[in-house]
Amino acid sequence: MPTMLEVTDLGHRYAAKDGVYTAIDGLSFTVGSGELVCIVGPSGCGKSTLLRSVSGLLRPTTGQVRLHGNLVSGVPADLAVVFQDYSRSLFPWLSVQRNVEFPLRRALGRAERRERARQALEQVGLTGAAGKYPWQLSGGMQQRVAIARALAYRPALLLMDEPFASVDAQTRFELEDLLLRVRREQDTTVLLVTHDIDESVYLGDRVLVLSKSPARVVADLTVDLPAERDQITTRESERFVAMRAEVARLLHSPPAEVAAPARERAGAVVGE
Amino acid sequence: MRRAVRGLLGLAGLLALGEVVGRSGLAPEGYLPPTSVVLTRLVELLGDQSFVLDVVATVLAWAIALGIAVAVAVPLGLLLGSVPVLRHGTRAVVEFLRPIPSVALIPLAIVVFGMGPDTKIFLAVYAAVWPILFNTIYAMDEVDPLLVDTARSFGLNRGQVLARVVLPNAAPFVATGIRLSASIALILVVSVELLAGAGAGIGKFILEASSGSGRMDLVFAGTLVAGVLGYLVNAGFEGLQRKLFAWSATTGEVPQ
Amino acid sequence: MTARTTRFLQQWLVFAGLVAVWELATRAARAPFFPPPSQIARAMYQQWLSGPASRLFLTDDVFDHVFPSIGRMLGGWAGATVVGVALGVLLGRSAVAMDFVGPLLAFGRAIPPPTLVPVFLVLFSLGTPMQLATIVFGTVWPIVLNTVDGVRAVDKVKVDTARAFRIQGPQWLFGVVLPSALPKIFAGLRVSLSLALILMVISELVGTTNGIGYQMIYAQRQFELPAMWSGIVLLGVLGYVFNTLLLAVERRALAWQPVGNHAQATGG
Repeated sequence: MPTMLEVTDLGHRYAAKDGVYTAIDGLSFTVGSGELVCIVGPSGCGKSTLLRSVSGLLRPTTGQVRLHGNLVSGVPADLAVVFQDYSRSLFPWLSVQRNVEFPLRRALGRAERRERARQALEQVGLTGAAGKYPWQLSGGMQQRVAIARALAYRPALLLMDEPFASVDAQTRFELEDLLLRVRREQDTTVLLVTHDIDESVYLGDRVLVLSKSPARVVADLTVDLPAERDQITTRESERFVAMRAEVARLLHSPPAEVAAPARERAGAVVGE
Repeated sequence: MRRAVRGLLGLAGLLALGEVVGRSGLAPEGYLPPTSVVLTRLVELLGDQSFVLDVVATVLAWAIALGIAVAVAVPLGLLLGSVPVLRHGTRAVVEFLRPIPSVALIPLAIVVFGMGPDTKIFLAVYAAVWPILFNTIYAMDEVDPLLVDTARSFGLNRGQVLARVVLPNAAPFVATGIRLSASIALILVVSVELLAGAGAGIGKFILEASSGSGRMDLVFAGTLVAGVLGYLVNAGFEGLQRKLFAWSATTGEVPQ
Repeated sequence: MTARTTRFLQQWLVFAGLVAVWELATRAARAPFFPPPSQIARAMYQQWLSGPASRLFLTDDVFDHVFPSIGRMLGGWAGATVVGVALGVLLGRSAVAMDFVGPLLAFGRAIPPPTLVPVFLVLFSLGTPMQLATIVFGTVWPIVLNTVDGVRAVDKVKVDTARAFRIQGPQWLFGVVLPSALPKIFAGLRVSLSLALILMVISELVGTTNGIGYQMIYAQRQFELPAMWSGIVLLGVLGYVFNTLLLAVERRALAWQPVGNHAQATGG
């Protein structure tokens, strides 16, 4: 599996009122092509800062991000982001269809744009809502629109910042399965940030556990669950339960030396 | 700090531009006096008793007009805001009266009140009533019903709910209305003085300066004074509002 | 009958009742300054609506005075809109520029526009150019200030979203910034439209030989009170009509807003 994303020694510091605030510090990890990697960390640990740095929205203070081996400075062309706050990330003055088409306007002609948007909306099950305005849809449906917009853009790497944190539990399950399905269909590489332990294990091929702020990578766990997952059977399986307990333990009492989180070591912990 | 410096630099830039344009001869002699001339006149005027009296006359008329507008519009707004039947019934009347531009009433006010200060005060009141009235009515709608229910569940009666819950909640909006009206009233007073000719006032001063000799330097100096007054009125009310309603999450702005 | 029509009838019944009371009161009082509404209505009809059928019954007065007034008002307002929105977008995108000119804008807004009429009178020729200058100067401030506010307040997540999809240039300006600012811009446009009507009258009281304001001051000097009153009523009607039209345009342009926000927008 070729490496798509390579994050090396990433750090970000803000000038705060009382001196310098370090949001993230010395973060290193990679994401392979076609992988779905979940980053889980305690709230306020700098997850969003990390994602913004990876996406090129924020210039990191130290370290570097490479996508396909190219240094990221500014937002790369083949990257899309789904934000947590769908109600603010969709453009309220555009219909659902036009929201999905909006980022494609530069590159594609009218007919092609339409077709792409139609396909993407079909993928997320919103074919009937194309003419509606975002406020006419429920929260879960709005987030589907945001996902469709990202899919229609056909990014090599899809970044998701707590994408399901603002919808109710039932909808969240639906959207999680939707994500697993479309990512298989489209073979997209996904980096997803969440604070929900269960979600990270349920969705991920790998789970990166972060420490409290300043965030560092505490562990890099491979999720050895079958690729085909199910909200009921997967979640009650022994492997899933053991895995989420492991992640919870790492989150609450991270191992002392976190400076060099080795994959092998984390694997040894999980691998019994 | 840096913002204040930049603001002053911006002001200096405008003054310098005024100086350059004034001296460039773009406009005929005396039409656009350079900044230095205007500022000199301004300083002279501030020491001139009759001009100071003009300023006092304007400010006095403004204060009286604003006082009357508040005394009329706040109670009326509270009444219309709390009795829906009255409010809907009078809506067409209000919608008809409001768009009549106050200046359209200048000819009428002159024949009714003559040239005295009554005219400008009447017109300023007419113009200043609306923002206060609308903000007050709006404020009564904005009171969270949950807050009223909470108060009633603690055993407050209607009067107490009004005094302790509804009015404090309405206050920031009313204050914003008063601030808007204060600016409008000042503009109206000066305008009416200028258009209708009054006994005394900044507007009258500008009118006299412009007619006959066409002393644009005096016109600009008078305009500057009027502008500074307006600026101070707005800034003063804003400061007061920030101080009084620091507890309030709302800015008191009413979506128009 | 729906609650809405009931309310509508209720409103206009009250209105008609008040007009009737006014009619009776003015007839009884015989106050010279306050002619009865029926007399005002007759004066309005004669002045403006007794023309030939071929011109939709409009009189010469309408063509010589009312239309020029409306033209100047709308022309000045349109000019102020173009200048105000352009300036507002430029200033709103740059915090530094706003630091420099912000205080000047606040000061400019505080200047009573008629005080500069004497200056405009000597700078521009008497009549339309001077009037346009007065209207533009007086109405541009609310548009600039509201546009700056709207442009500055573009939601952070939308900024991030647009950047993440590499949206730049015209698409950024016309697709993201202006639509975001549009509700605010409309609020400014509404304020300045009513100002434009006021300034139109003011400029006609001073320096022209035609227009609604000129006719009113002329009627006052001739002591033709009904004619003066018909000017007042006409201006009220114009104010109402233009505000209603702008609201209709606004509702169209902002149709994407949730229903609740519309009620608020019309409430003010």
